[in-house]
Amino acid sequence: MRPRAGPPLPDAGAQLRRLRFATVWLAGCSGCHMSFLDLDEFLFDLADRVDIVYSPVASDIKVYPDGVDICLVEGAVANADNLELAFAVRARTALVVSFGDCAVTANVPGLRNLCGGPGHSSGEAVLRRGYVELADTHPGIPRAPGIVPELLERVLPLHEVIPVDLYLPGCPPSADRIRAALLPLLDGQRPRMDGPAMLRFG
Amino acid sequence: MSVITLTVDGCDVAVPAGASLLQAAGAAGVKLPTLCHLDGLTPVGACRLCLVALEGTTKLLPACATEAAEGMAVSTTSPELREYRRMAVELFFAEGNHICAYCVSNGACELQDVAVTVGMDHSRFPYRYPQRPVDASHPWFALDHNHCILCTRCVRVCDEIEGAHVWDLAERGSDCRIISGLDQPWGEVEACTSCGKCVEVCPTGALFHREDGTSEKHPHRELPFQLRLAREQGQWRNQGQALPQALEGGGEDPS
Amino acid sequence: MTGVQAMRGAPRRLRCCGASGCRSAGSEALQVALEQARAAVGLDAGALPIQPVGCLRLCGRGPLVACDGPGGTALYGGVPPAQAGALIAVASAEGPIDGPLRAEAALAAHRLDLSHPFFALQIPVVLEGCGSLDPCSLDDALAHGAYAQLKRCLQDLSPEQVRDEVRRSGLRGRGGAGYPTGLKWDTVALQPAGPRFVVCNADEGDPGAFMDRSVLEGDPHRLLEGLAIAAYAVGADRGYLYVRAEYPLAIERLRLALQQAQARGLLGLGHCGSRHDLQLEVRVGAGAYVCGEETALLRSIEGKRGMPSPRPPYPAQAGLQGAPTLINNVETLAALPAILREGGAWYAAMGTESSRGTKVFALSGAVCHTGLLEVPMGIQLRTVVETMGGGVPDGGAVKAVQTGGPSGGCIPAERLDTPVDYESLTALGSMMGSGGMVVMGETTAMPEVARHFMRFSVNESCGKCLPCRAGTVQLEQLLQRFVEGRAEAADLDRLDALCRMVKATSLCGLGQAAPNPVLSTLRWFRHEYEAGCGPLAGKP
Repeated sequence: MRPRAGPPLPDAGAQLRRLRFATVWLAGCSGCHMSFLDLDEFLFDLADRVDIVYSPVASDIKVYPDGVDICLVEGAVANADNLELAFAVRARTALVVSFGDCAVTANVPGLRNLCGGPGHSSGEAVLRRGYVELADTHPGIPRAPGIVPELLERVLPLHEVIPVDLYLPGCPPSADRIRAALLPLLDGQRPRMDGPAMLRFG
Repeated sequence: MSVITLTVDGCDVAVPAGASLLQAAGAAGVKLPTLCHLDGLTPVGACRLCLVALEGTTKLLPACATEAAEGMAVSTTSPELREYRRMAVELFFAEGNHICAYCVSNGACELQDVAVTVGMDHSRFPYRYPQRPVDASHPWFALDHNHCILCTRCVRVCDEIEGAHVWDLAERGSDCRIISGLDQPWGEVEACTSCGKCVEVCPTGALFHREDGTSEKHPHRELPFQLRLAREQGQWRNQGQALPQALEGGGEDPS
Repeated sequence: MTGVQAMRGAPRRLRCCGASGCRSAGSEALQVALEQARAAVGLDAGALPIQPVGCLRLCGRGPLVACDGPGGTALYGGVPPAQAGALIAVASAEGPIDGPLRAEAALAAHRLDLSHPFFALQIPVVLEGCGSLDPCSLDDALAHGAYAQLKRCLQDLSPEQVRDEVRRSGLRGRGGAGYPTGLKWDTVALQPAGPRFVVCNADEGDPGAFMDRSVLEGDPHRLLEGLAIAAYAVGADRGYLYVRAEYPLAIERLRLALQQAQARGLLGLGHCGSRHDLQLEVRVGAGAYVCGEETALLRSIEGKRGMPSPRPPYPAQAGLQGAPTLINNVETLAALPAILREGGAWYAAMGTESSRGTKVFALSGAVCHTGLLEVPMGIQLRTVVETMGGGVPDGGAVKAVQTGGPSGGCIPAERLDTPVDYESLTALGSMMGSGGMVVMGETTAMPEVARHFMRFSVNESCGKCLPCRAGTVQLEQLLQRFVEGRAEAADLDRLDALCRMVKATSLCGLGQAAPNPVLSTLRWFRHEYEAGCGPLAGKP
């Protein structure tokens, strides 16, 4: 396979202004965001350097904005909303980081891909299991188009849906690992992702 | 004992005749990634992680299963080898159901370790999500096929060290799997001595103690090497009078 | 003349092909009908023998019947049992059988032209007895010279002299890899003293390959003689013939031949009156393609799971039960009696500098004349496919020729002038393989061909080493995307990279060669893969 091109780092001009920073929460447990909050006092440093323009834990903005420099994406792509948001992130972000094992491998959300067997929608199978086979009363698959997002046939890691620039594995990645990845990025450098401190799954 | 001299990545090393290229690499201070290999067990050359290049041939050779020969010039790394090793680890992750987050061997897993070694930050191959069962019929241990990488260490340790040959392989290709007895539930296999050696040598979380929870498996992978050494050197005899008379000269298995 | 055509002036007889191909086309019913028709005109087996024989070559037109008489041989194909009477009339008539008989006219549509290049360009060496003798009759085989060379070796030649002759012939392994046979024999013979084994690899498993089956079914004594000569040359007194279970007729005839030869003292203890012993045993496979790989085959003979092991050590050094073991393929061994009879130099005079002698091919696919042909090495691929095979039916153009089965590749039409030898085919990204040759017409989609062969490798991987077990599965999935038009441009790189990884890192030849059908079609038909990057690209 071709050597992967380096990520499109925020351009030189971006160094002169404050970086536009986002975090996104797809199909994950929010553990990666909890770990992000574990950055503790580094969050103050971060806040000095970036504008947090979109984040479930640090912003109240509902629409993913344009011109984002760096986005950490937690979670796998499991439903129509995840997919739509992933496309929006890719279209409006310079550097997309696959943030945590669910984004990198589909991890625990991906376990539902085991339901239904090959060639069948695991989304349908898992709904049937949960709302019909295991129902105590009133079995039936809930449908609310436009309100409850439809499940995709399979849960996918982020890079199978959009191109990803950097992978930050871990379940969750420790605050130290997040910091070690973010620090160089803020300076327009690509972090060295090797060794157990930066790479280990789980 | 005759000695073989060769070079590993340009570094001169001397190893005893009969040593493998893996040992020769070790002598040169190179630690090659391995999964199926385990000191004390017969090498099989199945995981292909320890492949090395040999000057004068185009074929890559498994260091674990290749005997060192006089004058060999071994190269353990190159851009191609690094790429092949990384692809191999990605294929391992993609062919099973390896979810480190809740695995018994999280933190003590050799597959997890080699992923770090080869720099795998994600898999370029889609995960296959095969349907695989769990055998929890044994009173003390369990086998989760989802985490099995078919290294056959369990097969070999049970056959070569314990002498029970409980484990073997069935089916082929991607359907290939470990079976106990005559493809019976493990708990029903009378040949099993419940010695637990298979659990100790398993590189992943496929074989584990039933009470192990997430990250609670603490294997003892040096066991085959230690036992083989003890038997070959008759180590228990050296302890002299401390041993009961019955064991002296009897050559009984100390394990 | 040997093989299909009998000597001019040969006694009247009918030879009915009794090989698997013609059997499935109804040769047994035809033979019964012929016997009834013969009785109906008051003739018996003495006056007009009806003899079952091995392959008569043009399998696609079976059931085949060769009709010998004073005027020579006429060959008929696809004769329905209802026309058995006409065949008997032609065969039993006085005078030249080319005469303007009514029966002849009735059979005109079934008459096959023996002067056609398909027959005329063949040089039977391995197949010289195949089609002319009764494979179930030791006497018939002996009348055709069977075991004469074995006796000569045992009585007059030293093992070194036998090996010299084989080395001189330039014979290379016909199983696919083309390792020099003489060199292999020397390696086994020169191992330290101790027990040795010979093994005949008759686990012919490539799709579209039936060369070895034809020898096993048509001339089993030739193979046994060849194996016995090999055993003498390397000093082995025990041997095995490993035949795939999917060849029931071949197994039956081989077992019968072995019993006959042992009962006659030609094989066994002190065989042919010599001081040498040779105990042979037929072992039947259990349906695993990988057991054609020599180390897996040996494990299977030992009663273990048929899985390859790393080489070195090679079987020539440490094979069956750790003893030096010579493994040769059926066609290699069956070439030996002729080589020893005519001399190594005679054999070496045929073929090319690096690829001597003749090679048997099984021609099939989109080609007019399908069947078995033995031709000198170095013959142009075009001669085989177009001149002998008659090209694509209905006048279509040849798109590619697949050689070497799932380990080989597709040679494009513009390279049909390539000489058929080991090196030339390898240079084109294919390989000689065991001899299957599948012709593809213009409607064949190459990514589909690649996926077809990859699926074969997925199913036949033993599962021992990772690249073959898991890599082929990923390759099949990737190829599926091209077939369905769902691929994206980056998938081409992925395909190429994974092919190279599986090729470079698999444990045995099966895995190492599994990517060849992809790599060769990528090389010659890349545009078809690019077209597979379709409108659905990127859809998960």
